[in-house]
Amino acid sequence: MAESEPAFVLFMAETIKLSSLTIGASAVVREYPKQGSAFLRLREMGVLPGTTVTLIRTAPLGDPLEIKVRGYNLTLRKTEAEHVMVETLNPAT
Amino acid sequence: MSEPVKSVAPVRAPIYALVGNPNCGKSTLFNALTGLKQKIGNYPGVTVEKKIGTAYSQHGQPLTIIDLPGAYSLAARSPDEAVLRDVLLGRRADTPMPDRIVCIADATNLERNLYLVHQILDLGRPVILVLNMMDVAERSGLVVRAARMEKELGIPVIPCEAVNGKGLVELKLAMSRPDLPLSRHSWAIPAPIAPAVSEIAASLAENDQRAPLIARAEALLLLTDQDSVRVAGSRPLSARTVEILRSWEKRWEGQGTDWAGSLVNSRYEVISELCAHVIDRDGAKTGASASDRIDSVVTHPVWGWLVLGTIMAALFLSIFTFAQVPMDWIGERMAALADWVKRVMPAGDLRDLVTDGAIGGVGSVITFLPQILILFFFIGLLESTGYMARAAFIMDRLMSRVGLNGKSFIPLLGSYACAIPGIMATRTIEDTKDRLVTILVAPLMSCSARLPVYLLLIAALFPSTSVPIGAKVGIMISMYALGTLGAFGFAWLFKRTLLKGEPPLMIMELPPYRLPKLRDVALHMIERAWLFLKRAGTIILGISIILWFLTAYPKAPVGATGSEQIAQSFAGMAGHALEPVIKPLGFDWEIGIGLITSFAAREVFVSSMGVIFNAESSDGNTATLHDALLSAKWPDGHALFTPLVCITLMVFYVFAMQCVSTLAVVRRETNSWRWPAFQTLYMTGTAWLVCMIIYQTGRALGF
Repeated sequence: MAESEPAFVLFMAETIKLSSLTIGASAVVREYPKQGSAFLRLREMGVLPGTTVTLIRTAPLGDPLEIKVRGYNLTLRKTEAEHVMVETLNPAT
Repeated sequence: MSEPVKSVAPVRAPIYALVGNPNCGKSTLFNALTGLKQKIGNYPGVTVEKKIGTAYSQHGQPLTIIDLPGAYSLAARSPDEAVLRDVLLGRRADTPMPDRIVCIADATNLERNLYLVHQILDLGRPVILVLNMMDVAERSGLVVRAARMEKELGIPVIPCEAVNGKGLVELKLAMSRPDLPLSRHSWAIPAPIAPAVSEIAASLAENDQRAPLIARAEALLLLTDQDSVRVAGSRPLSARTVEILRSWEKRWEGQGTDWAGSLVNSRYEVISELCAHVIDRDGAKTGASASDRIDSVVTHPVWGWLVLGTIMAALFLSIFTFAQVPMDWIGERMAALADWVKRVMPAGDLRDLVTDGAIGGVGSVITFLPQILILFFFIGLLESTGYMARAAFIMDRLMSRVGLNGKSFIPLLGSYACAIPGIMATRTIEDTKDRLVTILVAPLMSCSARLPVYLLLIAALFPSTSVPIGAKVGIMISMYALGTLGAFGFAWLFKRTLLKGEPPLMIMELPPYRLPKLRDVALHMIERAWLFLKRAGTIILGISIILWFLTAYPKAPVGATGSEQIAQSFAGMAGHALEPVIKPLGFDWEIGIGLITSFAAREVFVSSMGVIFNAESSDGNTATLHDALLSAKWPDGHALFTPLVCITLMVFYVFAMQCVSTLAVVRRETNSWRWPAFQTLYMTGTAWLVCMIIYQTGRALGF
């Protein structure tokens, strides 16, 4: 799991909400709320600025989301994911 | 600490703490180390399980091990994590501060597991790191170099497969070493925060009597923890320390410094660097793992529901079919025991106390034990395979409608069989308020003890057999639906009023699927059942004896029938006293007696009605009883059990809190009589109100 991708891969990147990521896509976490115990716990679970995350799926009713981070699977609700800004990784441009 | 420091061997045998993330195989390792030499209790004042076990070294020396709750971080977010933090920091008076710590990390998921390890290394106590599931890591192509890790951290690192018992010998050897090195690992605290850490650490050492190393660790923790979860039994911090902490926080807030975040970041930086040295991912398999493939079905928008439905159907089918044989057996044993007592003891009040009071009353609760055991077994199975987290994932959206999260689903579902295991299963809910709401509404789910009551009343509702089965089933389903709606309605209400809090988080790991270890599941089941019997047993016995006394005294003249006896007993008097209150619901004093005796267990209503209406038949056939009910009349001659009264009475049983065993368990799980009392009031109050409306409306409409 690469922590920082080479710059040229990020060339076509755009910054979006983690909740708007398409299923199966990977992205690097960029902006992160400072306040709130939810976000502290998310950090402690290894979701940090610079970490690569992959959106695996949404639950059958559309919420919560399941992401892969540091080699394991984690769920979080859309209300939290909306506050986490990620930079999409354009695969092999 | 750049050079290895040896810890001084303690005079007494060292006490070990076993710590690790949830799902890292900690309980399997604890069971493997200690076998059945475990003592299970509770931390006083909190409902967190306290497990202490004894392992034996290769030389037969006993090693005391405290199995601490699984946690992701020492910055506690749940009572479980708060207990872990407080025991490790020596903040609890009821538990000795562990001398040494065994940390378990899942080798397949090392980065996140090392976060907790990294916090623990700060504590300045000897640590042994166990890398569990090395076989799984190897199969997925990960090479974890334990020897390199040992060199980097300066502490013993032991590769292990707890499930197969591999690495246990090495672990025990390390644990019985008289001296263990302290970690020589160090990390740079971010510059803006370092002065605060030293100042708070100094205050902790001076004002809170902490050892210097602990003080530094605790200072670091206070900065990320903000002491959000305080649990009973832990010593509070001194005012001076809190003051320093708050003033730093205020300063940082003004400067826009993200102190907690940067502490977490710098820990993960160190961990990433360490992992780069010790993990070789070259051979790591890419693409979907077995777990991912299972999940693509199990959490699929269509198949997911089907799987969930099938598992739940299997659960209920086994509860209602497999449990029947042992339940009948227990019933027979209890009857045989009562017969035996009747033979060996001289007739008299004492004998009746033993047979009717103690054996009869406790027996009516014990017969539910097979159901409780099966439910515990299923819950344990769902937990250890990893499906529990998926069920929570699927159900979260629906549960969030009433302000709960997906973790409340299984406890509420289990309550359809019996609220007791359901309530005991709420311990997996981290948020204290969510947990309390779930406990409060769980008994509204129609449990299996209500089933005989529903069946009797439905039979009385439709005297002729020509009524289509659909109508009976329809009424039965309506009762279950009514209870479910009530549970969700009250959950919604409580989350908005009484137990208002942050919306619950759903930050939860979905652990890889694992084959369950049946020994651990069975052990868990027996522990839970024993805990229930031990804690609720005395209360159930006491209430059974009181209820017996109420129906047996004062004595009727010799030769009186059972119904004459009960009519003039204290219970009869209570029934009469209750009549004005329950008359608006269409119930008379005889039904009142049934409502009172139902406190032992709801299905006792059926046998009470049998005694009251003189319909006790030796084969327990309810046909005679329902005839007796139909011929029961008010003094003025109009029928007692009209269809409207039958429906009203069923609805009363849907809502009313009538189970002492449940109240005893709620008392245990909430640590006060306040919540069980509140539960009784709100549930029985609702029952009265709803039944009054139904009965009076029904009467007004001419039923």
